Amino acid sequence: MAVKFLREKWIYVLLLVLALALPLLVTNRYHFQIIIMGCLFSIATLSMNLILGYTGQASLAHAGFFGLGAYGLALMTKSGISFWLALPFSGLFAALIGFLIGLPTLRTRGSYFAISTMCFGVIVSLVAGNWIEVTGGFNGIVGIPVPSPIPLPFLGEISFQTQAAQYYLVLAFLLLTLLIMNRLVHSLLGLSFMAIRNNEVLAEAVGVPTFVGKVLSFVVANFFAGMAGGIYASLMGNISPGTASLDLTFNWLVFLLLGGVATLSGPIVGAFAIPVLMEYLQFLAEYRMIIFGVLLIVVIIYFPRGLMGAFTTLQERVQAVYGRRKEAVKGAARS
Amino acid sequence: MDLFFQQVFNGIMLGSTYAIVALGLTLVFGILHIPNFAHGHLYMLGAYVSFFLMTLYGFGFWPALIASVVILGLIGIVVERVVYRPLRDKPHINSFISAVGALMVLETSVIVFWGPQGRRIPNPYPGIVDVLGITMSYQRLLVILAAIVLIALLQIFIKRTTPGITIEAVAQNREGAMLVGVNVNWVSSLTFAISTGTAAAAACLVAPIFMITPTMGALLGMKAFVIVILGGLGSIPGAILGGYILGLLEAIGGGYLSAAYKDVYAFGALILILSIRPTGLFGKEGS
Repeated sequence: MAVKFLREKWIYVLLLVLALALPLLVTNRYHFQIIIMGCLFSIATLSMNLILGYTGQASLAHAGFFGLGAYGLALMTKSGISFWLALPFSGLFAALIGFLIGLPTLRTRGSYFAISTMCFGVIVSLVAGNWIEVTGGFNGIVGIPVPSPIPLPFLGEISFQTQAAQYYLVLAFLLLTLLIMNRLVHSLLGLSFMAIRNNEVLAEAVGVPTFVGKVLSFVVANFFAGMAGGIYASLMGNISPGTASLDLTFNWLVFLLLGGVATLSGPIVGAFAIPVLMEYLQFLAEYRMIIFGVLLIVVIIYFPRGLMGAFTTLQERVQAVYGRRKEAVKGAARS
Repeated sequence: MDLFFQQVFNGIMLGSTYAIVALGLTLVFGILHIPNFAHGHLYMLGAYVSFFLMTLYGFGFWPALIASVVILGLIGIVVERVVYRPLRDKPHINSFISAVGALMVLETSVIVFWGPQGRRIPNPYPGIVDVLGITMSYQRLLVILAAIVLIALLQIFIKRTTPGITIEAVAQNREGAMLVGVNVNWVSSLTFAISTGTAAAAACLVAPIFMITPTMGALLGMKAFVIVILGGLGSIPGAILGGYILGLLEAIGGGYLSAAYKDVYAFGALILILSIRPTGLFGKEGS
């Protein structure tokens, strides 16, 4: 049983071992920070994938909900509430606002939904920039405490002062998100999301409650976006209206599209590969958004399934060729 | 009372630009069904083109405006050809993501090549006239008048000339238009050229009043979308009326309520109205 599991899923086990051993391999603080951000943005991109990739609704308010979670957690922890209590609440807060916004906006379709969510995203960052008494205006909130230590009986406590501890925290949440997304998209509910994406009218006709499905997908996606925002606020220590900016949404959109929309590995590959690539292309830093823009257009026209989608297609083709040869050999043996 | 009339005047001026920009967008979004998210950014590019023509090549205000309209019209044709046409038969969401790519390229290109700082086009008509206690600068009056002329010209073009009628034919029934021999590709290019050209004209007209910055297009583009959706997709009178209404709302709301939140009202109104009528105020059912 265990051997079979290892033989089939060795790549995942290897990746997990690598991820766990990463603090031993990466010693440069700056590089480590990029990896932590990669994990955080993976969570955000994975949740964006749920509403955009699997349900087919282009929500452009994703950074808005990320920002809601970040501000929610910052205000709660600064007023003395424990991080571990504040974090789920920041996710729930984003989910609740998502529910309230989803009710009117999800009645619209296609571009209308994209535009109205984009409007909401801009509203969040405008309010964050102007509601000075609560959000600190354009200076934002500074001095957000790091996650409070977890006490362990007989062993002392786990504190989150070091980068390695922070990394494991983010990794744990990334794995949790990945696990839930995996269960979700392979469930009946996930299938109904995809049915809505592929043909909403047909889905409605065969009895899929399309509106409920869309709202649910939107709420779950925003819950994870809000949690990612909360962790971000706590680890960075300061946030500003830029945390909810449209640019951030566009960045995730690039990660998602390039990595592979409607796959589970795509968002993670995108969220890691592109920032790392950008580090190697430092001299192109200024042109970064131009390159992103061009890539986005090229990918959506020629490779709408992204990097991981292209990989799967390639794999299928290889298997098809390999399979055919096997058949041919069998046929030759028989004759 | 003076303040009120002053704000109404400013609102009409602001609304004139909104109306022109929304008009161009409604042609593309309503007729070709292309969600051109880069519309505001093309508007911004129009202002920059005219700025550089004036400062580097010594063009006058009007020649620069006309040149900018022509150049942006050509850029519009290229954008349609490269960014949108390959995705015409794909789901809506794809051309929309492609549009996001286009706007990223446009905005960053301007920042990289010409710098993020704001610039100002020298005002060609600096005079001020005082009518019944309302201060009107000549440039602002010019914007209002030019908008009316532009809207009238566009209306005549669409209703009275053969290319204009062709556009309307495609809007009403794409397959039908193709059957009677209308070249839909050509119509797409033409519509895009008109749309971006008028946006450039609007940008050049208001550029002497406001600063021009690389980010000025993003917000305006979104407002144009709000106007187009509220005014009804593809409805030209809706876009014009919506433009003036939004301009007045912003000027009066900004003058009496909080100026910092003036953009929140417009976007909030959109979400509110869409919640009641998912296809917009004057939108057709099921579009």
